[in-house]
Amino acid sequence: MTAQPELLAMKPPSLAHRLARSLRLGLSVLWQNKVGFLGFLGVLFFIALALFGPLIAPSSGEPNMAQIYQPPSWSHPLGTDYEGRDVLTQVVRGGRPIILVGALAAILSTLIAITLGALVAYVEGVLDSIVMLITDVVLTIPQLPLLVVLAAFVRLNRPWLLALILALLNWPTLLRAVRAQVLSLKAREYVEAARALDLGLFHILFREILPNMASYILMSFTIGMTGAIYGQVVLYFLGLAPLAGDNWGIMLNLAWTRGAIFYRDSMPYILAPVIAISLLQLSMVTMTRSLEQVFNPRLREG
Amino acid sequence: MARPATVETTSAQSAASAAATLGRFALILWRSYIVRRLLKAALTIYLVSTLTFFLIRLMPGNPVDVYINTLISQYGFSYQDAANQAAALFAFNPNEPLLAQYRDYLQALAHGDFGKSITSPGTTVTSIIATYLPWTLFSTGLGLLLSFALGVLLGMLTAYRRERPIDHLLTALGSFFQSVPNYLVAIVIVVFFGVRLGWFPIAEMRGAYSPGVQPSLSISFIKDALYHASLPIATYVLTTIGSWLLLMKSSTIATLGEDFVTVARARGLKDGRIMSAYVGRNAILPLFTQAAIAAGFVVGGAVVIEQIFQYQGIGYILLQAINQRDYPIMQGIFLIITFAVVLANVLADLLYSRLDPRIRAMGGSQR
Repeated sequence: MTAQPELLAMKPPSLAHRLARSLRLGLSVLWQNKVGFLGFLGVLFFIALALFGPLIAPSSGEPNMAQIYQPPSWSHPLGTDYEGRDVLTQVVRGGRPIILVGALAAILSTLIAITLGALVAYVEGVLDSIVMLITDVVLTIPQLPLLVVLAAFVRLNRPWLLALILALLNWPTLLRAVRAQVLSLKAREYVEAARALDLGLFHILFREILPNMASYILMSFTIGMTGAIYGQVVLYFLGLAPLAGDNWGIMLNLAWTRGAIFYRDSMPYILAPVIAISLLQLSMVTMTRSLEQVFNPRLREG
Repeated sequence: MARPATVETTSAQSAASAAATLGRFALILWRSYIVRRLLKAALTIYLVSTLTFFLIRLMPGNPVDVYINTLISQYGFSYQDAANQAAALFAFNPNEPLLAQYRDYLQALAHGDFGKSITSPGTTVTSIIATYLPWTLFSTGLGLLLSFALGVLLGMLTAYRRERPIDHLLTALGSFFQSVPNYLVAIVIVVFFGVRLGWFPIAEMRGAYSPGVQPSLSISFIKDALYHASLPIATYVLTTIGSWLLLMKSSTIATLGEDFVTVARARGLKDGRIMSAYVGRNAILPLFTQAAIAAGFVVGGAVVIEQIFQYQGIGYILLQAINQRDYPIMQGIFLIITFAVVLANVLADLLYSRLDPRIRAMGGSQR
């Protein structure tokens, strides 16, 4: 793979190729790292849950007033909620919206960070100063309170707007990292060669420079997703995002407001989404952390 | 600044040289890192508060509507009665142009006036902040101190006991609680340990202190305040100690490999002395900048936690203000939080250049 470094330096492989190599390298190292591999399995599990959950459990059931807050049993392994609906069904169905909006937010914030960060590092000058000022402003804005204010604009039928709002608060850290990397990469010989050949800004940024950062971008995507899920669940829990349908955040809110603090039998109803969200976040963080050790050799010794 | 006072210089010349002096002075100021940093901080605060000013007022619903709706839904008022009552109570006109409101806001702010609450007429925003901010500073600040101190100690411990069971256990626990969202930890504390197991009297522990008690500096009041703050503090410590531990661990391991430690060992110094005076002191330096940044988030960092434990700090009041659309309170709290974060970042930058001798050398002699 890396037998001819001179050749690689002359013509860097394509983005797809780089991504595939990063993935392969990542997987082989995850395989050696027990905790990281467990995290990877967990992430796979939650992706599967997001994709197939609502297919396994097509509906969350009709309210049944005779079955309110039933303790766990064979017919209801996690008991029932304040309306007598099955809790397990809701947990299985409830991952999709959270994971989808989290992924969408992470994609958006990563895109903003990569394009803007690479662009301003490459062009420098006034544009760079303006973007860095905006970055500083967004970094110092009290994130959670602002999120709460922005959430007031979200309507029921527009989950993409929620994703956009989460993304708007999440890009600055990655942008700074991308900018710093591009600033150092753009001085390399092959980039100067590309510039001499007049290959165009777009080509140089996306074909020559960014593929070198593929692994880093991959990691910051998962970090962005954990951040987006954190914020999203806060909004649902506080009742600030529209409450409709099955999702873990809404389960948390209803369990909290409809009785978990008052009834001992409602315990599985609130603990189920707590555990689901915690496991999802834990899987992503452990997977990312082990990947980080692979891609950042400086961390490997520590 | 030596302005030529001799008779033969023409006024044009003296004006030109005065301008040059001024220009040079401005350049010196601009070259000064601290001045530039402070100017940027001031600009950031201005931009953030302007942005939040307009965002807050663009939110759907305004304080009058929210109040009218509450009267209708909770007290069974007719719309007309509710609207009359709202008009009598609030000196707020939702139809005033935004730019005029913005101008008024900036003018008042320039005089140090944060405005008055809309929904509790007669109460100034300053007095609300003065009432609730101390509790947030107390609980979260104490949490930060505890978390930092414990994390540093445990981090050194794990670095010295590397690859032993205690290292694996503490590192795993630290990483675990760092990944689990803090509000979920708080919910589990209330629901599982409070309601299910009955370890904590959750209802009794609400608020910043027991009802009917007068705040004072007596031992019994401090005990009462600590009792009420204990669960928010525990949540904060549990969910942040991991990052201090991991930071301190890697910093200690890096320091242990430095030459001066080897030399100290060769000199036959006692292990305890090497540990505290050589390794610990050097390993903790890079953590101080992080601690400064974390201190900036102390003010605004506990919004959800305060809500869950019903702890009456600034975050709790902010959420209430948001629900009632009480613009001046929201605006004032935003401003305080932003100010804290910006100030902490400036301090962290200055600390960083002070603490790291390499940066100090670069900034001082070479450039």
